[in-house]
Amino acid sequence: MTDATQGAETEAEEGKTIYDELPDAPPKKKLKLSWTGKIGVALVAFWIIMVIVGPWVAPFHEADIIADDSYLGPGYVTEGEGTHWLGTDYLERDILSRILWGARMTVGISFIATLLAYAMGVTAGIAAAVKRGWYDMILSRINDAILSLPTIMLGLLIVVAFGSSIPILIGTAAVIYASSVFRIARAFGQEIMVMDYVEAAQARGETIWWIIFREVLPNAVMPLATDFGLRLVFVVLFISSLSFLGLGIQPPAADWGSMVRQNLEGLQYGSLAPVWPALAIASFTIAINLIVDDVSAKSGGDLAKKMIS
Amino acid sequence: MSELFEIDNLQIQARKEDGTPIPIVKGVSFKVKAGQVVALIGESGSGKSTISLATMAYCRPGLEFPGGEVRLHGKDVLSMEPQDQRNLRGNNVAYLAQSAAATFNPAITIGEQVTEAAVLHGVLTQDEADKRAVALYHALELPEPARLGRRYPHQVSGGQLQRLMAAMALVSGPDLLVLDEPTTALDVTTQIEVLKAFKKVIREEGSAAIYVTHDLAVVAQVADHIVVLYSGEIQEQGPVDLIINNPTHPYTKRLMAAVKPTPKAGMGEDLDQQHSRVVPNIEVKNMTAGYGGIVNGKPAITVLRDINVKIKNSHVVGVIGESGCGKSTLARVIAGLLPAAKGEIFLDGKQLQADLKNRMSEELQKVQFVYQMADTALNPRQLIGEILGRPIEFYRGIKGAARREEVAALLRLVELPVEFESRYPSELSGGQKQRVNLARALAANPEVVLCDEVTSALDSIVSSNIIILLKKLRDKTGVSFVFISHDLSTVGSFADEIVVLYAGRVVEQGPVDEVLAPPYHPYTRLLISSVPELRVGWLEDTMQKREMAVGIARGVEITDSGCPFFNRCPIAIDGTCDVDTAPIREPSPEHYIACHRTIEEIAEIEAAPQQVLHGFEVAAPEGDKAAKPH
Repeated sequence: MTDATQGAETEAEEGKTIYDELPDAPPKKKLKLSWTGKIGVALVAFWIIMVIVGPWVAPFHEADIIADDSYLGPGYVTEGEGTHWLGTDYLERDILSRILWGARMTVGISFIATLLAYAMGVTAGIAAAVKRGWYDMILSRINDAILSLPTIMLGLLIVVAFGSSIPILIGTAAVIYASSVFRIARAFGQEIMVMDYVEAAQARGETIWWIIFREVLPNAVMPLATDFGLRLVFVVLFISSLSFLGLGIQPPAADWGSMVRQNLEGLQYGSLAPVWPALAIASFTIAINLIVDDVSAKSGGDLAKKMIS
Repeated sequence: MSELFEIDNLQIQARKEDGTPIPIVKGVSFKVKAGQVVALIGESGSGKSTISLATMAYCRPGLEFPGGEVRLHGKDVLSMEPQDQRNLRGNNVAYLAQSAAATFNPAITIGEQVTEAAVLHGVLTQDEADKRAVALYHALELPEPARLGRRYPHQVSGGQLQRLMAAMALVSGPDLLVLDEPTTALDVTTQIEVLKAFKKVIREEGSAAIYVTHDLAVVAQVADHIVVLYSGEIQEQGPVDLIINNPTHPYTKRLMAAVKPTPKAGMGEDLDQQHSRVVPNIEVKNMTAGYGGIVNGKPAITVLRDINVKIKNSHVVGVIGESGCGKSTLARVIAGLLPAAKGEIFLDGKQLQADLKNRMSEELQKVQFVYQMADTALNPRQLIGEILGRPIEFYRGIKGAARREEVAALLRLVELPVEFESRYPSELSGGQKQRVNLARALAANPEVVLCDEVTSALDSIVSSNIIILLKKLRDKTGVSFVFISHDLSTVGSFADEIVVLYAGRVVEQGPVDEVLAPPYHPYTRLLISSVPELRVGWLEDTMQKREMAVGIARGVEITDSGCPFFNRCPIAIDGTCDVDTAPIREPSPEHYIACHRTIEEIAEIEAAPQQVLHGFEVAAPEGDKAAKPH
């Protein structure tokens, strides 16, 4: 064997001329962010840091009723306490502090809920694509049933039935969004299943778990990661909507969505109190979309089309 | 008198991310006179397609023209206004892309698509364009020219579609026709039909043409002048006679060497049969297979019918036929990827289950399948070391350092550097990927490797290197290969035995030297004479022959009874061949020909090949019923 392989090596050396093979294909390009993408990354990084350190950075406690009056303008200084950089809300609390505390609720809960939705949706979706047949049939019909219900109505129903607590909120958001993740994961899975390398693995006699986790999933990671960003935005908006309706995060805990609702009447007095948390939601969701756009552009434009489903 | 078309010191470049230019085309100059066909020849990546697109002042996104001129009638087209360039593309220069199937919209009639560009650019009115299109259909020898325009693209054959592309390009009467590999994806018999039509119509229309290809034998038939390209530079250019008969540049010589020889007996090397066993490795008996639901052992669409094939130990069996004849299906049935509807498959004398799900692991290990497209056959997210290591671990239980050693040995076996184990498939060239693809099959330590058109997607030089590798692998490993190809000369140089398939049936099989020598089955004869020779004037000579005229003019018709080749066969017997299944004749041991004619009759006809039999007209375009309405 050694003789034979060495023979092959020398023959290869001799037979090689500059015309034999064209140069190697260039190595894959690394993901390079555009300037909008960089802004996105900076903003998302900022909010993630706030999730961790927000309560310590914030000048006041979220529940402290310390100001002189409600709906004070930005920059008002309360004697002996400090400056309210973004003013105060309807209960004489500092808005900046509440936004920084609220990041933990809004961003943190959304992140955990999206992760859970992905764990459920991707596993079930790719398994459906790989196993096909009755398994796919049952999972897809259950999924269709969940998808056919309006998300907010379903959310309201669950929260009303089980009471509003953070675990219930996370679970509700995860189940609702797992159904759309399932559909995308199944679609990508089906596309990958027809590739020859998957057939080669099946012909080799590999188990279904090998095919799911070694052949199919690695090829779906990039598009699914892009979708993760979008889905996270939907969950932020969902939790904010629930809070806006009064069924999400319960007072006095700060949450961006409920902050908008509670301060809405401030607009009548010319206060910017509901605008600041709305801007916080916008900055986080837009920042994520900026990143998603960049990643999506790098991994093929048709990705965006698939995700609008 | 200025030239009709001239490319002068053309440069095209891409840019790296930091802005440094990467030259793609490095100062290319050549001229095209009116009525002249200039061939651009080179490997993929040589810049020939990029140059051909530059004739229309177009370059792919990311490329730019830093210098040089492209002059049509003495005017530089690169510096024109975008609006003028648009007019130029519709009126003066017509581009013919490689794949006709991808160019035609399946939902619009052929006539409308052929005339669209000319009418859109205001060159002709719809009526004029329709008339001109019909005239072109005549010139291109398409069936039923008057009514062809009302058909849809799926109702004509691939070769006809390719000719319709030429009609589309020629309708507006362009000064220059650019043909980008127009016959590369076609079977040999179809290729001849298309080449003949192109040549005729270019001469009749008197337009100049640039013909882009990597096949020198094809160039020899159609071109007047040859430009040889390598990595964006001209290596050699000159009149076709001069380049073909007296190439001076080493790269041209290498291209010449990669041209496929005419298939004939004795072109392969003799193989010593020392490790032959008594039991045939694989035996397929009375197998019928197809797609769709199976009722009473008959699938909805039958692709293969009553196939009997034996693959001996450490033999190479070539399976040959035109696309759609079922040759890939045969390999898929043997591998169990497509369960047969009827019949048995034996491995070492033991019957195999039809479906691979029911086969034992060691049975799967012994039969390995190599896919045609290495791009889709290798998982882009796995390292080469993982792709090759997995079958070693899975079938042979070799793990850790021993596995790494096995992978290294495999890479050396297929003549790739050992460092490739830590690369992804996307970091390899096409030929290298195909080597990895082969190595994966060998990693299982198989007894039979089924190669499905493994060289079809590769350039001539790269594919001839793969064939050399396959020959070495056969000698070193002693495994049997089933080598599926539509390329008879490749099969002839490599196989020990040949199986000729036509419309799902075996028409001839036997040792390679017997199949490639008279007596031939009429279809084998047609295949052999369709392989282009590297000789100016070969096309004209061949078209004189009777069997070509009849065989080329008509398409494949799949029938349930009789001999499937009946409607293209120059020696068919009316009333017999179209009704009864052909008897199998055995001119010598293990050489079978399925034909109603006796061996003596076939031999007689071979001896006088120009004789016209049974009142068959030599050229019968009127009697052309090839395009069957679906």
